[in-house]
This record gives sequence, C-alpha cells and structure tokens, in this order.
Amino acid sequence: MTYDVDRIRKDFPILDRTVREGRKLVYLDSANTSQKPHQVIEAIDAYYSMSNANIHRATHQLGEEATEAYEGARLKVARFLGAADESEVVFTKNISEAINLVAYAMGNAATAGEQAHRFVLGPGDEIVVTEMEHHSNIVPWQLLCERTGATLRWFGVTDDGYLDLSNVDELINDRTKLVALAHQSNVLGTINPVRQIAEKAHRVGALVLVDGAQSAPNMPVDVQDLGVDFFGFTGHKICGPTGIGVLWARRELLDAMPPFLGGGEMIETVAMERSTFAPPPHKFEAGTMPIAEAAGLAAAVDYVTEIGLDQIRDYERGLIAYAVEKLTAVEGLRLLGPTNPDDRGAALSFTLEGGLGEIHPHDISQVLDADGVAVRAGHHCARPLHKRYGITASTRASVYLYNTRAEIDALVESLDHVKRFFG
Amino acid sequence: MQLESMYQEIILDHYRNPHHKGLRDPYEAEVHHVNPTCGDEVTLRVHLDHSGGEPVVADVSYDSMGCSISQASASVMTDLVIGKTVKQAMEVEDEFLTLMKSKGEAEPDEDVLEDAVAFAGVSKYPARIKCALLSWMAWKDATAQANGTVPAEG
Repeated sequence: MTYDVDRIRKDFPILDRTVREGRKLVYLDSANTSQKPHQVIEAIDAYYSMSNANIHRATHQLGEEATEAYEGARLKVARFLGAADESEVVFTKNISEAINLVAYAMGNAATAGEQAHRFVLGPGDEIVVTEMEHHSNIVPWQLLCERTGATLRWFGVTDDGYLDLSNVDELINDRTKLVALAHQSNVLGTINPVRQIAEKAHRVGALVLVDGAQSAPNMPVDVQDLGVDFFGFTGHKICGPTGIGVLWARRELLDAMPPFLGGGEMIETVAMERSTFAPPPHKFEAGTMPIAEAAGLAAAVDYVTEIGLDQIRDYERGLIAYAVEKLTAVEGLRLLGPTNPDDRGAALSFTLEGGLGEIHPHDISQVLDADGVAVRAGHHCARPLHKRYGITASTRASVYLYNTRAEIDALVESLDHVKRFFG
Repeated sequence: MQLESMYQEIILDHYRNPHHKGLRDPYEAEVHHVNPTCGDEVTLRVHLDHSGGEPVVADVSYDSMGCSISQASASVMTDLVIGKTVKQAMEVEDEFLTLMKSKGEAEPDEDVLEDAVAFAGVSKYPARIKCALLSWMAWKDATAQANGTVPAEG
C-alpha cells in the first residue's frame, strides 16, 4: 500500500488552519508535541459524552464502560509495545513521571524489604546516562544519586552526533546498577544502539531504562526484542492527548519494586498501622487516573498502528533524507547530529550564521513563525548536549507522519527570509 | 506586517551596535542571570556613585549572549539608567516592566522610556518578554546589591 500523506493530513483538522495573518500553517514541531487526528479527538469526546464514570469501583454500566475504555487502552498499549502481558503497562501522566516512578521506587527500595533488594542504591553504586539525554532522563537520576550516595556517570557524544562508545567497558562495570538512555535523541535525532548497550548492561547485572518519547511515535518498537527492562513514552507525541504517559517494565521488576505514589486504588488492604499493595500495574496507579486520556491514547495507538509504524518510519526516512539535503545546502547552516537518515529520526536541529554572525534561534523562530512555520527554539531540555557542541541553543524542525516535502521547502525558503532580515 | 512591529529598526540598531557592552571596573556588584528556556545569559556589573549624597548609577557594564531582543534591551537599558539616580532609574525600570506586561495595549511614555518604547511590540509575544526583561532584572538585582538593600552574593 502506498503512503497517502494527503489522506493522512485530512485526518488532522488543525493542519487546515492559518496563523499570523492568514499564513498556511507549516507545523514542524512534532517532537515537541504532535497534532491530533479527529479519531483521537472524537474518542475523547465520545468517552465524556457517553461513558464518563470512575473506573474499577463503580458497579453501574457507565463504570463498566469507563473501566473497559481504560483497561482496553492498557491492552492496546501492551500489544503496541510487544509486552508479554498488559499488567506490565503502567499509566502515568507523562514520560517524566514514568522515569521518576522508577527513580523514586529505587529510592524507596532500602526500606522495602528483601524482595526490593536489587533496587537498593548506595555509595559506590553507579547510574549511567548519556550526554544527549533530555533533562527528564538526567535530573531524576541526579536527585536519586544525591539521596542515596550513588554516583552518576555518562556516555559522551561524538562530534557527528553519535554516542561515544569508546569507553563503554569502563563505563558499564560491576558497580553499574542502572543504565538510562534515549532510544532516539530529541535534539540530534540519533537512534541509539539500545540492544547492544542493554546486552552489556545485563552482563554486569545492571538494569536498563529506555526513554522512548521520540522513538515510539516514529518507528516500530518491541520491548522484548530490544531486551530492556524499562521503556517509557508519552501520549501527546504519538497523536494522543496530553496528560497520559506509559511506563512498561518486566513484570518481575514491577512485582519487586516498592510503590512510588500512595493513595486510592493502589492498595490491597489498608489499616491505620500499615497497608499492603495491589499487584502491578495498579500498585503504581494511585488515585483517579487519566481515563479520557487513556481512551484518547488507545485511539492514537490504533491510528498509527493502522497506518503501520514500518510505513511511518519509511516515509519519515525519505522526508528526513530530503530535509538533510536541503538544510545542509543552506549557506551558514550547521546541522547537528548524523546526516545518514538510517541513523536518525525526526528531529532536525541546527544553527544558522548570517552576515553579522550567528543568528539566535529565538530570532530565527520568530521570523519562521511570521511565515507560518512552527519550530522550536532553545536548548530543547538538553542543555548539557548544547554545551557539548559549544552552543547555548539551537533551532529544531521536527517532522511527523503528516509532513510533506513542500513543508521542508517552506522551511528552507523562510530561512532565506531570516538571513535577509538579520543580514 | 507583524514582524516589523517586534523588530523595530531601533531594536535592530542596538542589536547590531550595542552600547556600553563589555565588563568594566570599578563596580560594587556583579550578577549572573539566565533565561531558563533558551539558556541566554548575562553577566552584569553596577557601579554607583555616592559622592553627591543620593546614589547615582555611574556605570553599568555587561557581557551577554542572546537573541536580538535581549541584546538590544541590554543596550537600551544602559543608555537609560546610566547617569540617573538609583531612584529615578528604578522608576524607569518600573515603567518598562509595565510596558512589557501590557500585551501590546499600553501607550508608552517616550519622555521616560526613550528608545525602550520600541519594545512595545515585543509585549505582544509572551515567549519573548523574558528576553526583553533579562538585563533589566539583572540590573535591578545588581543595583539593589550595590546599594546595600540586599546583601551581595557570595
């Protein structure tokens, strides 16, 4: 089946609107958040219009329907990720919370009995991240290291935007308790060799957590095939709503991990002296969860699955190849990250030199915005990475399943405008 | 067109040829401020002259990295505050803050704000207001420290 981008675009009502005095919207900010197809918008609308109730506790028909919407979403996400069982899927509010859930569970492990022993951290233990991580996959581990006395270490990146694996055997060693890394960089686009790193980590008994915020929307993911222990992604970058994220973990780990948030629904029994907890995934889902958002996420997963993640990746690879060619031909433009489209995903970050020197990303994005082109400017929550490349900020255009070559052309044309304006 | 309402020629002029840029001695307080969304930074020094009784802003020097709005704003700010008493300069700062919070609705007083009236267009763009305020906030902080109303950093 050929990839019909025009048909796909019709599913996204927002792509029809104009911005800034009648300019056609060119949305190149999907790595920030994706747009939503009407199927997702309608699923949320249908849930609130017809089935709204609380889940797991209401004994009426609406409660059954709401529970079905919520638990049905879990099943769909489990299949989407290739999970062994739907109880391995924990809903969170976003991926930041998913990563924090693991970090706080590990922080709570010291007082959680024998079964949580493997999560206990202390002085001498090491957590390994990478220099290309989003702040969400750095800060929770810094905090955990501060609380436990463990040491944070990290992989560097090469000049051309790949993970520097030259010291992998030194970095991943007997002291390593956890390796946390992005599947795909939100700035460089680099797709990291997760399976290879996971094998090394497991050889020394370390756990592996993968930030899939940028990969899950854009390429097929099979968590068992990747051979990792934790995998997180967020709903709003995969055509779904904000307010819902996913933590997948192997069931034996979820069984052994102490809870993160305490509250309703996560318990087995509560007495005034102490409580026991529900089995996973509910042990990690305290309080009323984002039910409508789960219904929306289920529709989003259906939507991308129906198109096919292989097809989406193939289409985007072509788009990225085209964008790399066009962008690198712009005088004064420096593209960050790999130029080989096989090695990179949808984020295309760059700096731009004008007649008077480097043009600041805020100024670039302001001119692009006036032309209707929406991109992100700043450090994209990856300040250490920008520092590594000797810059404070960059401009990032990111493509998704609905973008076209004509939109890349519009970006390049608008960059000319930027250079004229600040020339 | 909207773009020109933000990037007025005065702003672009200050951006291309910033006034009072570079760090100078003497100074009584130095601060470092950052815009967390884009990583823009300014290091700013304030020198106050107390010889006439009421403290006067004798010099403001700075080193900064950032967009045209933040660079131009620093340049305009130094033009406005240098030579004024701290009290007068704080009044100008207050007027500028009001302008930046106005969402493009204010009629700025050119007698008070001079070149800074050009930033009225920026106040319509919430994402850029911080850029325009970065150096002003740094100046206010440094001046308060230099004037002894708050203790100096470290």
